[in-house]
Amino acid sequence: MEFKEWNTFHPGNWKHEINVRDFIQKNYTPYEGNSNFLTTSTEKTKKLWNEVLELYKKEKESNGGVLDIDTKTISTITSHNAGYINKELEQIVGLQTDSPLKRAIMPFGGIRIVEKSCEAYGQKVDPNISKIFHTIRKTHNDGVFSVYTPDIRLARSSHLITGLPDGYGRGRIIGDYRRVALYGVDILIEEKKKDLEILDTDDFTQEIIREREEIKEQIDSLEQLKTMASKYGFDISKPASNAKEAVQWLYFGYLGAIKDQNGAAMSIGRTSTFLDIYFERDLQNGTLTEEQAQEIMDHFVMKLRLVRFLRTPEYNELFSGDPVWVTESIGGMGIDGRTLVTKNSFRILHTLENLGPAPEPNLTVLWSTRLPEGFKKYTSDLSIKTSSIQYENDDLMRITLGDDYGIACCVSPMKIGKQMQFFGARANLAKTLLYAINGGRDELTGKQITPKYEPITSEYLDYNEVMEKFNQMMDYVAKIYIKALNAIHYMHDKYSYEAIEMALHDKNVIRTMACGIAGLSVVADSLSAIKYAKVKVIRDETGLAIDYKIEGDFPKFGNDDDTVDEIAIDIVKRFLRKLQQHQTYRNSKHTLSILTITSNVVYGKNTGNTPDGRKAGSPFGPGANPLHGRDTNGALSVMNSIAKLPFEEAEDGISYTFSITPGTLGKTEEERITNLVNMLDGYFKQTGHHMNVNVFDRSLLEDAMEHPEKYPQLTIRVSGYAVNFTKLTREQQLDVINRTIHERI
Amino acid sequence: MDKKDLDLRYYAKVHSIESFGTVDGPGIRFVLFLQGCHLKCKYCHNRDTWDINGGKYKSLEDIFEKIIKYKNYIYPNGGVTVTGGEPLLQVKFLIELFEKLKKENIHTCIDTSGMVTLTDEIKYLLSLTDLVLLDIKHINTEKCKDLVGFNNEKELNFAKYLSDNNIHMWIRQVLIPDYTDDEKDLLKLKNFISTLKTVDKIEILPYHDIGKYKWKQLGINYELENVRPANNDDINKAKKILGIS
Repeated sequence: MEFKEWNTFHPGNWKHEINVRDFIQKNYTPYEGNSNFLTTSTEKTKKLWNEVLELYKKEKESNGGVLDIDTKTISTITSHNAGYINKELEQIVGLQTDSPLKRAIMPFGGIRIVEKSCEAYGQKVDPNISKIFHTIRKTHNDGVFSVYTPDIRLARSSHLITGLPDGYGRGRIIGDYRRVALYGVDILIEEKKKDLEILDTDDFTQEIIREREEIKEQIDSLEQLKTMASKYGFDISKPASNAKEAVQWLYFGYLGAIKDQNGAAMSIGRTSTFLDIYFERDLQNGTLTEEQAQEIMDHFVMKLRLVRFLRTPEYNELFSGDPVWVTESIGGMGIDGRTLVTKNSFRILHTLENLGPAPEPNLTVLWSTRLPEGFKKYTSDLSIKTSSIQYENDDLMRITLGDDYGIACCVSPMKIGKQMQFFGARANLAKTLLYAINGGRDELTGKQITPKYEPITSEYLDYNEVMEKFNQMMDYVAKIYIKALNAIHYMHDKYSYEAIEMALHDKNVIRTMACGIAGLSVVADSLSAIKYAKVKVIRDETGLAIDYKIEGDFPKFGNDDDTVDEIAIDIVKRFLRKLQQHQTYRNSKHTLSILTITSNVVYGKNTGNTPDGRKAGSPFGPGANPLHGRDTNGALSVMNSIAKLPFEEAEDGISYTFSITPGTLGKTEEERITNLVNMLDGYFKQTGHHMNVNVFDRSLLEDAMEHPEKYPQLTIRVSGYAVNFTKLTREQQLDVINRTIHERI
Repeated sequence: MDKKDLDLRYYAKVHSIESFGTVDGPGIRFVLFLQGCHLKCKYCHNRDTWDINGGKYKSLEDIFEKIIKYKNYIYPNGGVTVTGGEPLLQVKFLIELFEKLKKENIHTCIDTSGMVTLTDEIKYLLSLTDLVLLDIKHINTEKCKDLVGFNNEKELNFAKYLSDNNIHMWIRQVLIPDYTDDEKDLLKLKNFISTLKTVDKIEILPYHDIGKYKWKQLGINYELENVRPANNDDINKAKKILGIS
């Protein structure tokens, strides 16, 4: 392959095969300096951003925070005409519909959810579309519920297994959008056609047929992508020839995906260092200035901040606000020892200053203790100022994932273009423990949810007896859980296949079945209380255990105390092994995450009193966090406890949310930055996986609750992503405020 | 365990630990709060650390092992700070601890009033100490006695000893409106500090009443009930007098 657009690039395998990593390695310029080269926003950027802020305001004032819905058009890659915020000002173009913040309908996932969403915001789906999807065309949601078994339905409605993507798009697939820029779409189509040739076999098995059909759909979607771009006046069949085009081409790839899929998390990958190669080339040959480079990145990020999906108010309640998880992975180290930090890593972070803080894109720094000091300091400084960055352990992930992986959603790492996951939400292990004690009856309703097991009848809980029954119940939950996920992902592939995202993957993709745990610290503390204190059971007249009385003290998760931390580790390992006993759809690899997102509030709401003394209805700790107020030895003790949880057995990520007041982080700005850098280095040396960093005063949040209008851009990080604080429900706001904010008297 | 059964080189009375200290010495500090204090500072925000019979005995081994768990965080810029209470009341233990810490190349720091007799043991401990946070209670010896129950002779001697023996220190002054913010006193303090050769930093700690509840919990009258916390203006004024930025 040879293109004039590739002139001056260093050659390599990337010219003979689709290999973006090779292109990056051969061509990128590591940057070891500080942030002094960055420039402020241009006049154009300021004007355009002000227009976006106006739009935000209008959106917020609209019914349910939804500005408008196109109820008449089924969203596809090519469904809408070109849309602009302000064509004269925009350096990077492309919207999901023909107008900014107007939401599209995507009924292939499920028509009822689309109808419900429209109704919630005072609109109605076009009757013809409703009719088609009710009577002619089946959806993912229909498919799943047509095969769900009674035990799955019960586990689901009792919140034993929760948040399953059976009524919404699964997401968490990252297309390698960089391929569009580097190769142009025609080459990608040609390569996919070659894959079809491989699949022209004598044994025309079900697998071969399915794969051929999928690849054909991928090719069609790539053709559509070209059509979509042409509506904006661009021909993306050929490679991008300069930085602005590279960003535009890449964004078009992503835009195709978000017009096609309303996935729970639509992450963008690891793009900034790739793009830096184009910026460097243009800067070197004098066709671009630093101001212009920043302007392009600012406008790109503005587009990512405008991504919207149509979702129900209940969905927003579960996930706090309106998240998209446009996760961008930044920095990290290469396996050859050079840093993957470039000037463009700084530029994308700098958008937090030029445009102000925001929850999207979900800026994720891949931290290594060997990152350049200048970059470490810059990210820490921005964290302190904006609370908008999350950190993940590159030194840990590079071992198994190499140096071209990215984070999907919050904490799920995957090799870009080579790996995808079947998103599996999570099992509520705190509830599982209560079911073990009650023989499968629900502690809130008394209803028999699982087959009848022998309940515990003794006055005081015996550790061995509880563990035996908990084991049995986890066996049961693991079985139902995998059954449900197999059904979901079979149907998602069948009725709502992510053709454009998978078109930007290799033919042979690694698939993981990404299961999850909610309530880990509640379970660990409960088992610790049973083992080290005395836990008396309080039962109602039907013999249902409804409350617990603890006599004596017990070690609690989050204090770097092995006696209880080992219980938590054991639960993670145990549950993964139980999942592994069940065959998964498409032979996907079982993985586990310890991540609740903000649903720790909703999960807690649906779970009764637990033997650790947690009251019915009160929130769980988010992700792997200890329960609020249980840690008494300071923040590093919490970190050490969480860092002990084995990433090898929770490869889909272990989330920790850290919140601290500025004064507790250090006395001066400089000290705060240094302390945060040292703290992150320390946590990741301890093999911690992920950390959200929030730096704010409690009083600030309290004021923002009362006067949201004063804080339109106040962003905070919660379990793997960031949200606009003023968009949270009051309940979630209180949870954030009451959650351990480390502060010192 | 009873005190008489324990070898006080290997056991300490501990109030609590803070794994992420950032305001008591440079960098990230593992802060060990020792139990027991002989002073009676009216403004004390850790009133619960006074009682020599309170706290829990912890072994040297346990404490050392605990500290080592945090070395990944504290190595580059931080270290261990021992505070209290008055840590120097447990000097035998601290000698053992600091010897072990120095072998691990961990920065050692003591937060003290310096209101102690300079015994050989204390002198030896100070030779193992990288930094002393010396809290000058009051430069005016009568006011000092009124505020904390002792005159300032010992602590000023202590400061001089540090200076003469090339031991680095940060001088701390708690700024209490109407108690320690008199201009004449602050100028006197400034003069005194100028005679010391090893002062790396002077810190003004604004008085706050967040620890008041601890007195109430213990059922003890809080004498400074009507004293207001020091504000930014107070601090800036004091800094100006002391000639620090």
